[in-house]
Amino acid sequence: MGRYIARRLLLIIPVLLGASFLIFAMVYALPGDPIRALAGDRPISPAVVEVLTERFNLNDPLWVQYWEYLKGLLSGDLGTDFRGRPVLDTIERTLPVTIRLTLVAILFEAVIGLVAGVLAGIRRNGFLDNLVLVSTTVIVSIPILVLAFIAQLLFGLKLGWFPIAGTRDGWYGYVLPGLVLASGSLAYVARLTRTSVAENLRADYVRTARAKGLPRSRVIVQHTLRNSLIPVVTFIGADIGSLLGGAIVTETVFNLPGIGREVFDSIRSQEGAVVVGIVTLMVFFFIFFNLVVDVLYAVLDPRIRYD
Amino acid sequence: MTDQQQADLRHDEVQAGTTTGLASPSVDVTSDRQNSLWSDAWAYLKRSVFFWIGAVLTLLFIVMAVFPQLFARGQDPRACDLANSKARPSADHWFGYDVQGCDYMSNVVYGARNSLIIGIFAVLVVLVLGVVVGAIAGYFGGVTDGVLSRIADIFYALPLILGALVLLRVGPQTDIPIINSRGPGAVALALALFGWMTAMRLVRSQVIAVKSSDYVAAARAMGASNSRILVRHILPNAVAPVLVYTTITIGVLIAAEATLTYLGVGLQRPAFSWGLQIEAGQDSIRSAPHLVLFPSIVLTLTVMAFIMMGDALRDALDPRQRA
Repeated sequence: MGRYIARRLLLIIPVLLGASFLIFAMVYALPGDPIRALAGDRPISPAVVEVLTERFNLNDPLWVQYWEYLKGLLSGDLGTDFRGRPVLDTIERTLPVTIRLTLVAILFEAVIGLVAGVLAGIRRNGFLDNLVLVSTTVIVSIPILVLAFIAQLLFGLKLGWFPIAGTRDGWYGYVLPGLVLASGSLAYVARLTRTSVAENLRADYVRTARAKGLPRSRVIVQHTLRNSLIPVVTFIGADIGSLLGGAIVTETVFNLPGIGREVFDSIRSQEGAVVVGIVTLMVFFFIFFNLVVDVLYAVLDPRIRYD
Repeated sequence: MTDQQQADLRHDEVQAGTTTGLASPSVDVTSDRQNSLWSDAWAYLKRSVFFWIGAVLTLLFIVMAVFPQLFARGQDPRACDLANSKARPSADHWFGYDVQGCDYMSNVVYGARNSLIIGIFAVLVVLVLGVVVGAIAGYFGGVTDGVLSRIADIFYALPLILGALVLLRVGPQTDIPIINSRGPGAVALALALFGWMTAMRLVRSQVIAVKSSDYVAAARAMGASNSRILVRHILPNAVAPVLVYTTITIGVLIAAEATLTYLGVGLQRPAFSWGLQIEAGQDSIRSAPHLVLFPSIVLTLTVMAFIMMGDALRDALDPRQRA
């Protein structure tokens, strides 16, 4: 196990380097004037061009530039944006919003998804099963963008239950965006649980438990659920990593100042350093949670051994 | 082979997740029952309500993309009168008017073409990239596989929307053809470039699953070249999962296109696009909610059509998934 984790940790490095280099290359190296790109549509004076060229080593080949960036990264320096603010400060300001949003989304995903999935799986082809099947198909098909507007229109404007933008209302303001962000994964969790429960209910050990005369509730909760939840728990774990990096649309529509909206604003204004910094962080979250989940899998399911 | 033997073999194959071809009727000369994977799947699909809803909707949107004037109810999407700005839906103008006072239904209908072109073109590029890279990685294994799989990991760790967003934002400042065009081609290429990894992994695992089977060894012993073995003997095994994946992915990519366009880096005015319509409509979401509602509904139905067909196809082609 220890060796497996060490090997996986080592494998994180090339993927992290590769992904950040890819973004770095797109932001700084595509043909065209990188300083003009950095300045976006604003006019820029020759003196500034000179200083920036010097600071970002823009006369050097791309790999030298990237090496300089990496050296800074290792000493905890993510560089500064166009106005001279450290990228690290920007991340510290915006990351808590995204973490809160992710927590709310994961909560919805786990609770609603699991309940719907278990109810559907217990009685296959029953009314609830078909309801879950149809509603998950519909939910998966609605683009997040559309879902966000529907939620704003319905729960925000028509019913007035939830605030539709900003973080002024504390956790309450995260309910609607959290639900929207969770929707796709929620449907997936429901389906995964349904399949898993239905499959396990037909397993031999469940038949044995029934034959022993155990009450139905005990068979379902103690025997079936515990085993059925393994793939679900691991999916939810991996999803934390995706949600932390995938909230661009939700944060933009609901006006939440998290890293998703920050990276979007930075892409639009071509703040290269901010984009590369935040994207590298997102990729790290994604890989890290995937690793955690793989290890968790072995802990939860003793049949899986990596060594 | 008797029916029972063939049924057992099919069961074994399904359990193993591979197809040896032995269980298909072409080998079985004694039986006159035709129950190959495909005829089986078709028999299942014919009874699937989801499949028919998806298929009819898809057909509808394809006709809409090719002949939008059939659905525009005689209205010209570019003939606008500011006096009608934001007018509500009526019996004559089912979707009402947009901010500029253009008939909204014809505008929404004309948006189908761009969405479908981008969805289909992007998925084709995804398929080419995924099949070629996946087949090479799976077939040759070793260092080749290691390098190609790591590259796929790198792209996989970047969210699709994020990667495409950066590329499309920087693209117009470059002199790379197509990518700098701000048109459907650029959007499709950007989506494909950050979306090919799942297809690659799918093909790779299918290739690995069958490359050591006896019939592949037999083909090699008879002197077949690597490319012939791959194309004639190995890749056909991947057709079923790739078909399912392709169908669903067209829907996913159409949604992604609308999102990118909404975020301002996809299609640009004056193109007809649901993403642009939603973006323009969101400012008047309180006074004229129909401006966001109608393109949203049509976009959702299009995505749903492909996802429903893909779901039904998966159930049909993978008997394990069936209830």
